[in-house]
Amino acid sequence: MSATSTTKGRPALELRDVVKEYEGNRVLKGVSLTVEGGEIHALVGENGAGKSTLMNILFGMPVIHETGGYGGDVLLDGAPVRFTAPVQAMAAGIGMVHQEFMLLPGFNVAENIKLNREPTKRNPVSAIFGPGLETLDLPRIRKDARAALDRVGLDIDEWLPVAGLPVGHMQFIEIAREVDKEKLRLLIFDEPTAVLTETEAERLLDSMRAFAKQGVAVLFITHRLDEVRAVADRMTILRDGEVVGRPDPKTTSVIRMAELMVGRPAAARAVRRDASATAETALAIEGLNVRMPGEPVEDVSLTVRRGEILGIGGLAGHGKLGIANGVMGLYPATGRVLLDGEPYALNDARAALRRGLAFVSEDRRGVGLLAEESIELNVALSALEAQGRFLRPFPVPALRPLDGRAMRAHAQEMIRRLDVRTTGPTQLVRRLSGGNQQKVCLARAMTLAPRLMFVSEPTRGIDVGAKERVLEILTSLNQDEGMTLVVTSSELAELRAICDRIAIVYRGRVAAILAPDAPDAEFGLAMAGEVGAA
Amino acid sequence: MSGVTRGTNGANGAGGASLGSRSWRVLSRHAVPLLFAVLCLFGIWVAKITPAFLLSEMLVRVGRNSVLILALLIPILAGLGLNFGIVIGAMAGQAAVILVLHWGGQGIAGFGLAWLLATPIAILLGLLTGILFNRAKGREMVTGLIAGFFANGLYQLVFLFAIGSLIPFHDKSMVLPQGYGLRNTVDLTSIQYAMDDLVRVRVPLEGTELRVPVVTYGVVALFCLFTLFFFRTRFGQQFRAMGQDPHVAAIAGIAVDRNRTIATVLSTVFAAWGQLLFLQNIGTLNTYSSHEQVGMFAIAALLVSGATVTRATVGQALLGTVLFHTLFVVSPLAGKALAGDAQIGEYFRVFVAYAVITVALVLHAWQSAKREREVTT
Amino acid sequence: MIDRVRAFVKEAGVPRLLIAAFVLFLFGMAFVTKMDLGGLVTDSIVRVARNGILVLALLPAIQGGLGLNFGLPIGIICGLIGCVVSLNFGLLGLTGIFAAWGIGVGLAIPAGIGYGWLLNRTRGQEMMVGTYLGFAVVSAMSIFWLLAPFKNPTLVWAIGGKGLRTTLSLTGIFDRVFDKWLQFTVAGVTIPTGVLLVFFGFCFLVWWFFRTKMGITIAAARSNPRFARAAGISDERTRIQASVLTTVLGAIGIVVYSQSYGFVQLYTAPLLMAFPAIACLLIGGASVSKATVTHVIIGTFLFQSILTAALPVTSQVIEGDISETARLIIQNGMILYALTRVGGSAKA
Repeated sequence: MSATSTTKGRPALELRDVVKEYEGNRVLKGVSLTVEGGEIHALVGENGAGKSTLMNILFGMPVIHETGGYGGDVLLDGAPVRFTAPVQAMAAGIGMVHQEFMLLPGFNVAENIKLNREPTKRNPVSAIFGPGLETLDLPRIRKDARAALDRVGLDIDEWLPVAGLPVGHMQFIEIAREVDKEKLRLLIFDEPTAVLTETEAERLLDSMRAFAKQGVAVLFITHRLDEVRAVADRMTILRDGEVVGRPDPKTTSVIRMAELMVGRPAAARAVRRDASATAETALAIEGLNVRMPGEPVEDVSLTVRRGEILGIGGLAGHGKLGIANGVMGLYPATGRVLLDGEPYALNDARAALRRGLAFVSEDRRGVGLLAEESIELNVALSALEAQGRFLRPFPVPALRPLDGRAMRAHAQEMIRRLDVRTTGPTQLVRRLSGGNQQKVCLARAMTLAPRLMFVSEPTRGIDVGAKERVLEILTSLNQDEGMTLVVTSSELAELRAICDRIAIVYRGRVAAILAPDAPDAEFGLAMAGEVGAA
Repeated sequence: MSGVTRGTNGANGAGGASLGSRSWRVLSRHAVPLLFAVLCLFGIWVAKITPAFLLSEMLVRVGRNSVLILALLIPILAGLGLNFGIVIGAMAGQAAVILVLHWGGQGIAGFGLAWLLATPIAILLGLLTGILFNRAKGREMVTGLIAGFFANGLYQLVFLFAIGSLIPFHDKSMVLPQGYGLRNTVDLTSIQYAMDDLVRVRVPLEGTELRVPVVTYGVVALFCLFTLFFFRTRFGQQFRAMGQDPHVAAIAGIAVDRNRTIATVLSTVFAAWGQLLFLQNIGTLNTYSSHEQVGMFAIAALLVSGATVTRATVGQALLGTVLFHTLFVVSPLAGKALAGDAQIGEYFRVFVAYAVITVALVLHAWQSAKREREVTT
Repeated sequence: MIDRVRAFVKEAGVPRLLIAAFVLFLFGMAFVTKMDLGGLVTDSIVRVARNGILVLALLPAIQGGLGLNFGLPIGIICGLIGCVVSLNFGLLGLTGIFAAWGIGVGLAIPAGIGYGWLLNRTRGQEMMVGTYLGFAVVSAMSIFWLLAPFKNPTLVWAIGGKGLRTTLSLTGIFDRVFDKWLQFTVAGVTIPTGVLLVFFGFCFLVWWFFRTKMGITIAAARSNPRFARAAGISDERTRIQASVLTTVLGAIGIVVYSQSYGFVQLYTAPLLMAFPAIACLLIGGASVSKATVTHVIIGTFLFQSILTAALPVTSQVIEGDISETARLIIQNGMILYALTRVGGSAKA
């Protein structure tokens, strides 16, 4: 192991004006940053800010290459590089500790650490057929692995199978594997502490410091701003594919960092009428727990008032998305929910629709749409399923045939009303742009004529014009038709533009409920979880 | 008195329970081979089969079938599942044997020549199969099965229609009366026992004698050793990693697609050689059917040992061969003894072969579907 | 112009065009060599109607997300039991057919539920599990045919053998009952009106079903299971519904097949029946994940025409039956093509 190949103080990694587009959607708009040998550079940003795309570029992941490559330059120790496969990145001395463990559960610890870099011994067969048939040198594998484990301070038997080890150990095995690589000059940590307990996270930060001390350049990607403050020498904040700031992590407050991540708020657009004073409770949530991977909800209590737009905000991974998904029966949930004062059964998606709720999911392509079907069917389907609309009479209810004419007429009406740019109601949804797909999702939810509608991430991944239109539709639904809305979004600015009240979620709980015109600092505090103390 | 007894009982009970649960675990882990062993023993008992008869049958069958079963191991290691495409390898072996007969090859020299000829044909076909598998990831097994059927069509086109018409073929004794196309059965007496008879050791047993084909068993042992050796090489480790998670393997810089092709080629070549070994023992070639069931029987035999779609060892391959072929010998005899009809026994062993494969596939799919559910929720 | 040609080729698919060209070539050859074209066309039509429902049976499985139903023999076996029981009671004509249908469907419903339940637990491997479950069921049934307690002397071996005969003749029972209904001949082509009506009738039923609430639900759950779950649809349930439908249609299909063919084939006969049916559907333009009634009709017509015309046309040039070889190559080539095209890689 020789981390000494990088001398301290020179930029080990330099990104110059890196640009990346996916199908015309610019996800990186000219990102530049440098990481010097011996420093820890933190890269922070919300989901969708472009961090993972940047990592994929650095690590030469095939997905970048397959989607047309990228613009700008990547320099390692001053020399330009352009990787098309992870192997090349590894050979150049880049190590990566992945967010998802890249470990083989059936291999033991040592085998995982030395995977595809096993020391081998020659034999007569390999002399003829090549090095692929050299036999594994098990004692050396074991010895190398032991040394690497010792360096990261993990005291477990290197011959144990990985399956069944605690996640904390797995994380350190990942690090040991990277450390074992020769010529390591840049080590990337991709949200390494997400799955760790607090003491494990402490130890991980310690080992990060140790690597930096040995001269390795460390790029640390995270959501946890307190950790940035604890270890980072410098930091870069990304938002919407752009660098929005490089504050000094030692002197900048967590609140200020959070503000930069979620963006400066636009002024509330319209004068909000005060719905809070008169309105009765539409939906009362008590002690809601939702097991949604990556967005767990823990003990949320919240009331939605009839006729209001309630916003739910917070940083990624804190559970803001889990609330709507839990109430709508998409992920296992426990807790007590009252809809219009009546008890409401959780974990039953059909009952949710029948009771007059509707949901526009944050996962448009995964949950929101039948991509291979027509616009008209997408718009009609939920109402057809839950309410038996758009069907002709037939003695057997399950075999009622489709009323194609009614479905088409309704789709045309929705297309007109929501201004969907399409060739017609029979066009496949897959062929629509993101913004128009979102309008189809809204149209489907509206077709249910719901009493209360959940809308999650209404403007994620759609262009600016469509964003405006979608927000207009939401306000119009609320103001003109009196529909109660619960809007979940990562963009604080848009919540502040349309909502009556905004709940900020931190670590699965509601940290604060704020008025849209509350001071920025209050939002920042709530997002950083520093409200409970106050 | 009673108190003491209760005390000891309690202690015994606890010890007994843990012992019981451990033996239960061992039992359930080996349920499939144990069930088979019981089935075989029952058949042996019903049909009153003598050990000498069974042993001599096994000696022949294990010798001629094991290489075909060993051919399945490497693709399993590499995560390709059960290679139903070994039928294609068997066809390569048959093509080679037909060429050798045509050129008048005889004895061990002829057999050796067939072996040499089969190799490049099998490499080529294995390469094509491997490319096919890479284009049908996650569906290798069904693709292998259909590829075998497809190859069978091409094989018929060549040997039933092209030979003697488009391809000159002068040995009229092998050709159908119409002047082209090979006969349905081709006599292989000229190379029969070419390897078996090289060295025979006679072992007297209960009045008869076993004639052990030492060289054949030596070759089988060589294949076993090679497979074991292969598992311990750099390739073996790479294949094992791919078998567990191709994504992680690819991130670690393993050339997954290339290695998958290598595994398929090796398997196809093994199958070609295995089929040659099989034919030299049988002594006749059913031109259009000898290869058809190679895949099914080899796979069933492997699975009988308790091997799975993702894990199989050399020991299991050998155990499976013995168990499956015991059943093969026993079931018609047992059927005859039980129902007075050997036909039942024959249908029964075919059913067993299919059922074993079905159960293994169901278990595999069940487990991987469960794993996926656990990952997503 | 070139763009339109290219678009057409892309739309129709290269293999389908090649096969259509091959059919045209065969019939062209037949015309040039002055063969009995009317007879060839008659044979083609009969075979389309005879096999059609077995191909149609695959459609619900694809629509329901089970993929190509290689387990079709499960339904076929149910239909065969129906036939044998009907024959055993000595029922004649339409009564016999309806009895066979009734019993077949009665067995196919629980069989389809069980099959669907198993496929729900073996997601991602439906095709392989279906194939081998079908094989296992057919071979288990071989033992059943051998031991079954049927006594009617027309069914069991007269002397020597044990159990049911391998083929049961339907002459004088319900041989070609549908085929002969309203049959007429025009320009040397005999049209088996009844069986065609039965085939198209079932095509219509299936088409109609997939426009009803249940049919739309089944297709939606296939199209996006997560979407379906969000809409309160259990895709486990819709997959079982699809499995029941495919199995029931398989049972109905084999009865129609047998009456048209004039024989009930037992033992290993159903073993490989799924493969040509699947090839028909794929040739018609279906994929592993999408199929329509039109695909069924076009595909059955193209593939069965090749099988009809290949033997008489080629036998003028070569002795021996090349049509079986051609069938193997086209049928399995088509399936391979479909397997290697959709969703190239499972992961990364």
